[in-house]
Amino acid sequence: MVSIDGRADSKSLIRARGLGKTYRRGGEQIHVLQGLNLDVDASDFVAFMGPSGSGKTTLLNLLGGLDVPSEGSVTVAGDEITRMSGAKLTAWRARHVGFVFQMYNLIPVLTAFQNVELPLLLTGLSKAERRSHVETALAVVGLDDRMRHYPRQLSGGQEQRVGIARAIVADPTFLLCDEPTGDLDRKSADEVLDLLDRLVRDHGKTVLLVTHDPRAAEHARLILHLEKGVLVESVTASPPR
Amino acid sequence: MAIPLSYNVRSLAARWTSTVVAVLGIAGTVGVFVAMLSLARGFEATLVASGSARNAIVRRAGATSEMDSSVMLEQVRVVEDAPGVERGDSGPLVSPEVVVIASFPLRGRGVEGNAQVRGVSLKALAVRPTVKIVAGRAFQPGLSELLVGRNVAASYEGLELGQTVRFGGGTWTVVGVFDSGGTAYDSELWCDYSVLRQVYQRPLNMFQSATARLTSPAALTGFKDSLTSDPRVTVQIDREIDYYAKQSRQLTTLITVLGSIIAVVMGIGAVFGALNTMYSAVSERTREIATLRAIGFGSGSIVVSFVVEALCIALVGGLVGCAVVLPLNGLTTGTINWQTFSHLAFAFRVTPGLLAMGLAFALLMGLVGGVPPAVRAARAPIAFALREL
Ligand SMILES: Nc1ncnc2c1ncn2[C@@H]1O[C@H](COP(=O)(O)OP(=O)(O)OP(=O)(O)O)[C@@H](O)[C@H]1O
Ligand SMILES: [Mg+2]
Repeated sequence: MVSIDGRADSKSLIRARGLGKTYRRGGEQIHVLQGLNLDVDASDFVAFMGPSGSGKTTLLNLLGGLDVPSEGSVTVAGDEITRMSGAKLTAWRARHVGFVFQMYNLIPVLTAFQNVELPLLLTGLSKAERRSHVETALAVVGLDDRMRHYPRQLSGGQEQRVGIARAIVADPTFLLCDEPTGDLDRKSADEVLDLLDRLVRDHGKTVLLVTHDPRAAEHARLILHLEKGVLVESVTASPPR
Repeated sequence: MAIPLSYNVRSLAARWTSTVVAVLGIAGTVGVFVAMLSLARGFEATLVASGSARNAIVRRAGATSEMDSSVMLEQVRVVEDAPGVERGDSGPLVSPEVVVIASFPLRGRGVEGNAQVRGVSLKALAVRPTVKIVAGRAFQPGLSELLVGRNVAASYEGLELGQTVRFGGGTWTVVGVFDSGGTAYDSELWCDYSVLRQVYQRPLNMFQSATARLTSPAALTGFKDSLTSDPRVTVQIDREIDYYAKQSRQLTTLITVLGSIIAVVMGIGAVFGALNTMYSAVSERTREIATLRAIGFGSGSIVVSFVVEALCIALVGGLVGCAVVLPLNGLTTGTINWQTFSHLAFAFRVTPGLLAMGLAFALLMGLVGGVPPAVRAARAPIAFALREL
């Protein structure tokens, strides 16, 4: 279940309370998020929509521990990440969050295999174990035959699938995808979205997706809109598949 | 586990133009640094090798070098009788010597250089067993003949075996060439001291120095004690090695200090080169670094990774610098011996120790040039950096 009224029971996986983010630019303050509440359960698939500049990326950054809120708190699986110190937060991200970026953000000088292996270097896994995890993740995204390719040797859609493999390889608690199809053509976008569907349906992953594309948002179980610094519910997407 | 080294190496290769600039800056600095020091080492080694642990050089008390020293014939007799002096077939091995400076045209440079001319007896060869005649023969006592060191013909014009030269009002013929194994003697011209004194109108009973061959290196103490307490002579006695080491000190210190100053100045330039390369690497890879940090690499890993990247540049630069200088090893060059103002030929000495120093210097430059950009990379706010293109 996903809720935005701030009254959900304490069992939700991701919980934001009274979340606010204010940027200062020049003399003026910009209140991007103000008193935002959100509860997301495990294995949910939520899409966030909203006009450009409405604060979608800002919200994901706060939920993923990449930025600190001006007010309010974020708790994930019982840990209040908004109270963690820098080093602890870094270790928490490594363990719990898989990021998927609009521009894929693959390391150009590393192969697909090496890119996907990166998060595993932060675990205690042996070389052989890492290899089998990477191969599994690349097989899930259908690119096990492209392991030795460099990002520039892949299409945009393939690059994004490598990005997703990298996000899931260490089995994080949830995935944060910021416009993952924003740079892709329809067909590649559909492949990526189908992949996200499968991750939720078959692997029980929790996915938070930011998108401008209503068709992409339809893949989620619930679409939330960012308006004036808070989330509002709109259309419930197609019934859970 | 840290960010893999291959990430840094490949990133450097991907931006190779900028990398090459930084590498060349460091290579140049290391090259000059090692070359200067190997020059100092070569000079020092040449002079130090001139001395023997078993030889003692006797000079007037207070003389700074052979040139301003004088030892009278009576004093030479006292030295010959001192304890610890080795005896050969022709009596005690003490070589009284007269030293003058004469100038000859330097080969291919159109100017004259000063050469040390040493008036000796044939005992000089017995006192210095390392000196071997390699061509021709020794001078005949009483004749204006020259036995020259093996670097002389290469350094000056007109001093090849068989040639005749004029200096000091006499006409001399080169009759032999000797090799002293790369010491300062190789740049000297030897002749009969009585002929030399005559030509230069020096007092007949006066020498500049006397070199005694001792029975063993340990015999020096007894030899020295006996002479310094003898009221008939006022002399100073040094082990020959120490005498030459002292002579080399001024110039080696000068070259070392000069070399270090040049290296530091060039080093500052090279550090700025490395800083520039690394700062631009960091700013070009802002989003890449933010991605690594989002994935969960800590600021420590990022700092280490970029410092290692700078050290890779430094290491390659250091190796290139050393490789460029290595062929200088053994190359002969010449300089003025400031103690005697004579021309001295010696060879560069690129030792493993110097190469290690050069590499250490390179790594130091890499460290200084790498840390600030690495810290900047680790400090940038992630959320902000991820928005970079
Ligand atoms: N570091 C910053 N300093 C000042 N203002 C910022 C900063 N980061 C974001 N903002 C502002 O905050 C607002 C929200 O930005 P955000 O990137 O979250 O929007 P978004 O909904 O993701 O937009 P888009 O759909 O274009 O990606 C914007 O007005 C933006 O200009
Ligand atoms: Mg955005």
